[in-house]
Amino acid sequence: MSIRAVRRLQNDVRVFQARIVFSVVLLLLAVGALVARLVYLQIVGHAHYATLSQDNRVKIAPLPPTRGIVYDRNGEVLADNVPSYSLELVPERIEDLDATIAELQALLGLSDEDVRRFRKLKAQHKSFESIPLKMRMDEEQIARFAVKQPFFPGVQIAVRMIRTYPYGELTAHAVGYVSRISEADLKTLDPSLYSGTYHIGKSGIEKTYESLLHGRTGHQELETNVQGRSIGVLNTVPPVPGADLRLSLDIALQRAATDALGEYNGAVVALEPATGRVLAFVSKPSFDPNPFVYGIPKADYDRLQASPERPLYNRALRGGYPPGSTVKPFEGLAGLEVGDIPADRRVSCPGYFQLPNSSHQYRDWRKGGHGAVDLKSAITQSCDVYFYKLALSVGIDKLSEFMGRFGFGKRTGVDIPGELPGVYPSKEWKKKHSKYPWFPGETVITGIGQGYVLVTPVQLARATAILANRGRVVTPRLLDAAQGGAGAAVRESGGDDLAIAPEHWDTVIQAMIDVVHSARGTAKSIAAGLSYHVAGKTGTAQVFSVGQGQKYRESEVSKEMRDHALFIAFAPAEQPRIAVAVLAEHGGHGGSVAAPVARAVMERYLNGGAP
Amino acid sequence: MRYDSGLAGFNAGETRFERLMKRIHIDIPLFAGLITLSGVALVILYSASAQSFDVLLRQGIRLLLAMSVMLAIAQIHPRHFRFYSPLLYGVGVLLLVAVLVMGEIGKGAQRWLDLGVIRFQPSEILKLAVPMTVAWYLSECPVPPAFRHVAVAGVFIAIPVGLIAKQPDLGTAILVGAAGAVVVFLAGIRWLYLLVLGGGGAGLLPVVWHFLHDYQRDRVLMFLNPEADALGRGYHIIQSKIAIGSGGFYGKGWLQGSQAQLEFLPEKSTDFIFAVVAEEFGLIGCLGLLGIYLFIIGRCVHISLQAQDAYTRLLSGALTLTFFVYVFVNTGMVVGILPVVGVPLPLVSYGGTSMVTLLAGFGILMSIQTHRKLLPG
Repeated sequence: MSIRAVRRLQNDVRVFQARIVFSVVLLLLAVGALVARLVYLQIVGHAHYATLSQDNRVKIAPLPPTRGIVYDRNGEVLADNVPSYSLELVPERIEDLDATIAELQALLGLSDEDVRRFRKLKAQHKSFESIPLKMRMDEEQIARFAVKQPFFPGVQIAVRMIRTYPYGELTAHAVGYVSRISEADLKTLDPSLYSGTYHIGKSGIEKTYESLLHGRTGHQELETNVQGRSIGVLNTVPPVPGADLRLSLDIALQRAATDALGEYNGAVVALEPATGRVLAFVSKPSFDPNPFVYGIPKADYDRLQASPERPLYNRALRGGYPPGSTVKPFEGLAGLEVGDIPADRRVSCPGYFQLPNSSHQYRDWRKGGHGAVDLKSAITQSCDVYFYKLALSVGIDKLSEFMGRFGFGKRTGVDIPGELPGVYPSKEWKKKHSKYPWFPGETVITGIGQGYVLVTPVQLARATAILANRGRVVTPRLLDAAQGGAGAAVRESGGDDLAIAPEHWDTVIQAMIDVVHSARGTAKSIAAGLSYHVAGKTGTAQVFSVGQGQKYRESEVSKEMRDHALFIAFAPAEQPRIAVAVLAEHGGHGGSVAAPVARAVMERYLNGGAP
Repeated sequence: MRYDSGLAGFNAGETRFERLMKRIHIDIPLFAGLITLSGVALVILYSASAQSFDVLLRQGIRLLLAMSVMLAIAQIHPRHFRFYSPLLYGVGVLLLVAVLVMGEIGKGAQRWLDLGVIRFQPSEILKLAVPMTVAWYLSECPVPPAFRHVAVAGVFIAIPVGLIAKQPDLGTAILVGAAGAVVVFLAGIRWLYLLVLGGGGAGLLPVVWHFLHDYQRDRVLMFLNPEADALGRGYHIIQSKIAIGSGGFYGKGWLQGSQAQLEFLPEKSTDFIFAVVAEEFGLIGCLGLLGIYLFIIGRCVHISLQAQDAYTRLLSGALTLTFFVYVFVNTGMVVGILPVVGVPLPLVSYGGTSMVTLLAGFGILMSIQTHRKLLPG
C-alpha cells in the first residue's frame, strides 16, 4: 500500500470518527431533552397530574354554544332561546338514584313520563354529566325544591336556554323545530361537537341549517380533587355561538295567507320570482312546535298523528296534488315550442272529446263547449278539449320533457328537508311503475293536469316564478343571510334560462292576464279594485271520478270527495314581484276559492294592507 | 478517541464460551442487551395488554422468530451485503410500486403485499436497503463526497421515500429517509452542503404540507396545540401526559397504573406503551429503559468504530443512529415533544411488523463485528 493510500485511509477513518462523535453528542442532547421532559412531567408536574389522574373523569366539561336566532325578513323573531329552569341530576354523585327519583317525584309531582325520559337520557350520557329530570319547572316546583335542596346532593336547578317559537303554528312547517337528540341522531353526528347540547334541528330550517345554527362547543378543563369536586378551572375554550339566520319569509304575509285560506286546509307558497326567495310558506292545518322542544307527551303526539286533518303533514312540501288546469299555461308553451302548434290555430270544442275508435267521452268542464278557441282563449276560459288535443298532438314524452324544464316531476331544491318530487308521467315512467303500457287516453287527461300528474304546492309556485321570469330558472330559498357563522355567504340561486321565444311568453302571459282581467276569464271575480295586473290561472282538480254520463254536483258530494281548488298567479304582470301558488283542499272551484286567497296574499305584499 | 481496529480477536483472556459465540457470530454484549430489552418488554406488555397471556405468547413467538432471523443474518459475510445491496434496493422499490398498483388495502392505506403465504410491507425492506445502498454507493466515492455524489445518493433516498409517503405512511417514510440521510452524513458530506440541504428542506416544508393527507395535517396541528380538540383527537396527548406525570418518581407499580388499566390511555400496548412504563415504573423505570437502549446503542457505536472498511463503517453507523431515531421519535411523541406519528417503540410495542427488520439490522451489525479480519495494525 502506498503512503498516499494509507494517508487517505486514515483521513477517511478520522472523518467518520468525527461524524460519529458529533452524532453521539446530538444523541445525548436528544436524550437530555427527553429526560428533562420526563423530569418536568414526573417530578415538577407530578402533583398536578396525579390529581388529574385520580379523578380523570371530571376533567373536561363541555360548554354548549347558544343556538342562533331565526328572524323573518323584517327582523321578527321566529325562533328564539329563552331561559328555562330544569331539575338536573348527576347520577354518580347520588348514592341511591332510584330512591332520590322517587322522593323528587313525590315532592314535585313529576310524571312517570319524566322519569322514563330521564332513564333514557341517562343511558346516553356518562354518569358524571348533569342530566335533566324535569324541564321547564314552574315557580312552585322551583320553590319547593329550593327549600329541600340541601337534602338532595347531586341534584340541582340549572338554567338552560331552551328553544321557543313565538309564532307557533304559523311557522311550524317552514322553520321546523328542534327536539331532543335521539339515538338515531347520535349515530350520524360527532358526539364531541354535541357534548352538553341536548337539542338538534329535526325539521325545516332548523334541520337544514343545523350546522350553522348550532355553533361550536367549547370546553373547560376542570381541576378536580379526589372527591370529584372541581377546585379550579385550568383552561377555558369559550363556545362559539351559532349563526343568526334571516329568512326571506314575511311573517305578516304568512299570517295573511293562513287567514285567507279560511276554513280550508291546504297550502300557500309565495316566491319573489327574480330570486326564488320564499315570502310565504303555509301548510294548513299546522301544529304548535313548542311542545316538541322539551318532549311532547305521547298522548298529545298520538293525537296529532291520528288526526284526520293530518296537521304534521307538510302539504306545501310533500303533498302531491293533481294540478288540474293550472298546468295549461305551461302546456300551451309546450305546444308553441315543441309541438309546432301556432298560437292562432283554432280548435273546435263541442264540450267533449273522443279518441278515434272509442266511445269514451272526455268532457269539458263547460257542458256546451267553448266553440272555436285559439290558445289564448283556451287558457283564459280554461278549455279542456283544446288541451286534450294539444297533449295528443305534442305526445306524452315530448310534453313530459318540456314540463320537466319547469320543474314538474322534480324536487325544487327548496332549503326545507323532506321535499317530494311529484310526478309528471312519461312512457318510461309508466314502464317503471306499472305492468301496463301507456294508453293514449292517459295522454289526453295529462293535458288537463289529471291522471298520474302530481305536483307539490312549492313546485307549482316555482314553476309560476319561472313563468313570471320568462324562463329564468330559480330555486326557492328561505335563507336570506346568516350572521356570525362560517357559511354566511348565501348563494344566489338560478341563472339557467329556458330560452323560449319572447312572443310565446307574450301570448301565454297575456292569456293569463285575461284569466283575471277579461270578461270571460275564470278568475275575473278577483279583478275588481286591483291597482295592477295579475297574471293567473285557475285549476280544479278531481279527487274522484264522476261516472260516464253522470253529473258532478258539489252539494251532493261529501266534503272529502270534493275537488281541490288551485290558483297560480304572479303580479304585477309586467314587472313581477311576487308569484303565488294556492291549494285549497276540497275547495271546489279554483276561481271562486283559491283565487281570492292568492289575491289577498298579493295585495298584502304589494300594497301592504288588506284587500 | 482511538480504536485499535482488528486486535480484539487476539485477546488472550478469551474464554471457551467467548470463542464459541464468536464462531457462531454472536456479539455477546449486543446480544445480552437485546435479550434484556426483550425480557423487560414482555413484562411491560403484560401490563399494557390488560394481562393477556395470549398477547404475550404471540409477542414471544414473534421475538423468537426475529431473533432467529438476526442470528441467520449474522452468519453472512459483510461482502455479500455489499454485493447484494443494489439488488435488494431494486427489488424493494419494485415491490413498493407493486403495492401502489395492486396493494391490498390494510388500515385504509395501501402498505401490504399479499404473497399468498405471507403478507408483508415492502417498506420494511427499504429500512435496510436504503442505508445499505447509499453506503454501497458512497463507500466508492472520495471523502468528502463531491456534490454530484451527494445528489445521486439523494435520488437513491428520495425514490423509496416518495413511494412510501404516497401509501401514505408518513412515519415509515421519515424513518427510511432518516436512515439514508444518516449515511450521507457519516460519509463526510461537507457542512456547507448540509447547511444548504437543511435550508432547502425547511423551504420545502410548505410544499410538503400541501401534499399531506388531512389526518397527517391533523396530527401535526394537534401536536402544536393539543388542547384545541380536547374532546376529540387531542385526547391522546392529554391522557398520555396525565399518565406520565402521575407516575412520578417511583411509579404506581406494575399493573397499578390507573390510566393504563382503566383504559384512559389509548393505544397503550402499541404506540403509547412508553406512557405505561412512565406511569407504572415512574422516572426510575423510564431512565432504566432508556439506559438499556443506550447500552445497546453504545455497543453498536463501538462496533461501527471498529469496522474495517468504508462500507461496513457507514452501514453500521447508519443502522445504529437510525435505531436511536426510532426510539427518540416514539418516546418524544409520547412525552409530547414531537408530533404524533405512528411509530412503535422498537422491540417493546406490541405487534410491530418492524421487529424482524430491526433485528435483521442487528444481525448485520453482529456480522460486521464478528467477521473482522484479524489484521495486525
